[in-house]
Amino acid sequence: MTGSYDILIVGIGGQGTILASNILGEACLIEGRHIKGAETHGMAQRGGSVESHIRINGLYGPLIAPGQADLLISFDLLEALRYSHYLKSGGTAVVSKNLVIPTSVYTQKLTPPAEEEIAAALKMHGLCLVEADRIATEAGSPLSQNVVMLGAASRWIPLKPESLLEAVKRLVPKKTIEINAKAFQMGRDAGGKS
Amino acid sequence: MERKYLLGNEAIAHACLEAGVDFVCGYPGTPSSEVIDTLRAQPERPYYLEWSVNEKVALENALAAAWCGVRAICTMKHVGLNVAADPLMTSAYTGVTGGLVIMSADDPFAHSSQNEQDTRCYAHFARVPCLDPASVQEAHDMIPEAFALSEEFGLPVIFRPTTRICHSKGDVELGAVPKSTRNGEFKKDPRQYVVIPAHTRVLHKKLNEKQPAIRKRLVEKGFNRCEVKGKTAVIASGIGATYVQELLPEGVSFMKIGAYPIDEEWLGDFVRKHEKVLVIEELAPEVEEAVRQVAGTVTVFGKKTGSAPWEGELSPQGVAAIMEKAGVLKKSPFAVPAPGTDLPVRPPILCAGCLHRGAFYAIKKVFRDAIYPSDIGCYTLGLQLGAVDTTICMGASITVGSGIAHSGETHDVVCTIGDSTFLHTGIQGLMNAVYNGANMTVVILDNRITAMTGHQPNPNTGLTACGVETLAISLDAVCRACGATFVETVDPYDVTGMVNVLQEAKKRKGVKVIIAKQMCVITARRMGIKRGRYEVDAETCTGCGTCVRFGCPAIEFADEKALINDLCMGCAVCAQLCPVGAISKEGKK
Repeated sequence: MTGSYDILIVGIGGQGTILASNILGEACLIEGRHIKGAETHGMAQRGGSVESHIRINGLYGPLIAPGQADLLISFDLLEALRYSHYLKSGGTAVVSKNLVIPTSVYTQKLTPPAEEEIAAALKMHGLCLVEADRIATEAGSPLSQNVVMLGAASRWIPLKPESLLEAVKRLVPKKTIEINAKAFQMGRDAGGKS
Repeated sequence: MERKYLLGNEAIAHACLEAGVDFVCGYPGTPSSEVIDTLRAQPERPYYLEWSVNEKVALENALAAAWCGVRAICTMKHVGLNVAADPLMTSAYTGVTGGLVIMSADDPFAHSSQNEQDTRCYAHFARVPCLDPASVQEAHDMIPEAFALSEEFGLPVIFRPTTRICHSKGDVELGAVPKSTRNGEFKKDPRQYVVIPAHTRVLHKKLNEKQPAIRKRLVEKGFNRCEVKGKTAVIASGIGATYVQELLPEGVSFMKIGAYPIDEEWLGDFVRKHEKVLVIEELAPEVEEAVRQVAGTVTVFGKKTGSAPWEGELSPQGVAAIMEKAGVLKKSPFAVPAPGTDLPVRPPILCAGCLHRGAFYAIKKVFRDAIYPSDIGCYTLGLQLGAVDTTICMGASITVGSGIAHSGETHDVVCTIGDSTFLHTGIQGLMNAVYNGANMTVVILDNRITAMTGHQPNPNTGLTACGVETLAISLDAVCRACGATFVETVDPYDVTGMVNVLQEAKKRKGVKVIIAKQMCVITARRMGIKRGRYEVDAETCTGCGTCVRFGCPAIEFADEKALINDLCMGCAVCAQLCPVGAISKEGKK
């Protein structure tokens, strides 16, 4: 509505959504753009469902309204479904094939949706499924899954891939720069294939 | 100047540096904690900094520093201001010489809080200025202004960001950090600092006399501003103002309130230029009540007309709906699509290997039908394990426990409280329970750190906020000094040991204290402590589900068998619970 490009990153506390948000922020700074974001901190992070709102070129509030997100990046299949109503029609979901079954399923004897069901439900949007775990491991560390996901999503993000890559290099721990740069590139390749 | 992508609290911390802060203290509480966490992580700290044991202690420390002429900030979450309310109310009388900023972060929607109280009401009550930012940049920009206002009027200034400011991010324009530092000097002035009746009556009058000038200055500073564009107006404060600005139609006037008290004359002039005014703000109707007082015949929409909600957090779609309902916006631009239905919930959960889970398990095993008062911390998540019956505020587990025990209730009372919470406001409750002869068991869940808010050290940790080694307090000695005679320390990873001590406590009268001591599993991971993973032998596993009901996120269940995933931290509690011995350390079968 005001020309911002709105990205919702979702996942489970501890999966690295905050680092992903920081990388997008840094890339915006590199390109001299405004950015607003909002995220989950505190106890709510402890293994719970977390969301990070990012509005590139955002000038007003940090929150994205349901039905308004241009891009959904999800680090977990189930979380993608939980937040898919945030996507606008014509929006894209870039989703890790990873599925962590919530403990509530075991303690409350609930039935978790199957992988195929989730993928089918997400098909109403542009959908890019990413084998983030496998790609990150190939890149050198399963911990780089968040960067793999950013790489895959970079096809849709209105920022130059060079800016994103530079932001990755600036923000990840020094020892892991090489792995993460590789993870970004491999993620980007995977995003292009789907 | 430099531009950075920062968390609201990081931007606030940087603004403290720009304002040349000399004294920093507070008690951790979401969403306020990262301000001090950022300041204590600075490579150079030309200021004194401490994590205090509670908010009252923090505010009195900061107040004294400001009496000595230096700039002090004291941070806390909204409910912390209840604890600090005693010094707050009278600090407005004594005033300050150095700038004193009290940051009290509100949490609309209670993302991580026990209530949705509004700090602006405290500012109103204490008659001190309150700044209420609408964005990360404004939060940053307000801090140096808050110190300046505090010094100009000789009053503490309350700074009230909300969760959506503290935990929002944005590209922030930062200012320069000065090199100068101040040294405190206390100038004796009993008429100012000794609030006996004869002095305080005079001080109260002085406080009231300051008010008109404060109201004018807040408008002059531009915190409260307006633009007349038509016969309809929207007045908004805090984060709500940004949602309104994104939606505001042409020809609708707008007023943004960022500071209190609001100048009535200025407000009245604006309101009476309109036929209809809509007020949008989170939590209490602070602005709306001020508007109603000056509105005369102007129609005012807000909480009191049912146009806006009294509780919860505002959102873009929520604000659009309010504006549509009040006839300010023809139609909300936001469709409201339905969220996915029937998905298994994923609430926050105690970590795999958390000491609290083992402690709760043993408590429930020994005290099957007991009443379980608990407290504020990660362990409040013990609710999911059926081991938390009450939580009201910091320190209220022991006091609620003794109240229940003295009420005539015949069930056993077993309360749980974390180490930081015990030191915050639990000690008085323990002393009171022992003194008055309550029959109850107190389990101190001692993970050596204030974990929930981000692992801040406390007097139990052996480190100060700045990482300097200090004597770790002895919880055992504190409890004995409170008069408790049964005080036992036990490792909650040792199920048998924990059960035995609880059984011993159950046999006795009076207040029994058990200190369940084990390092927070996140701290252990950061320190590189590796205990090795556990695994289930599928052939031995009978699929009975005992381990699954323990509720650890590292334990899954598929094809009628339990299995342990890579979240396992090696606490070994599940291995002790398994009735058939199917769980053992990886590779040690």
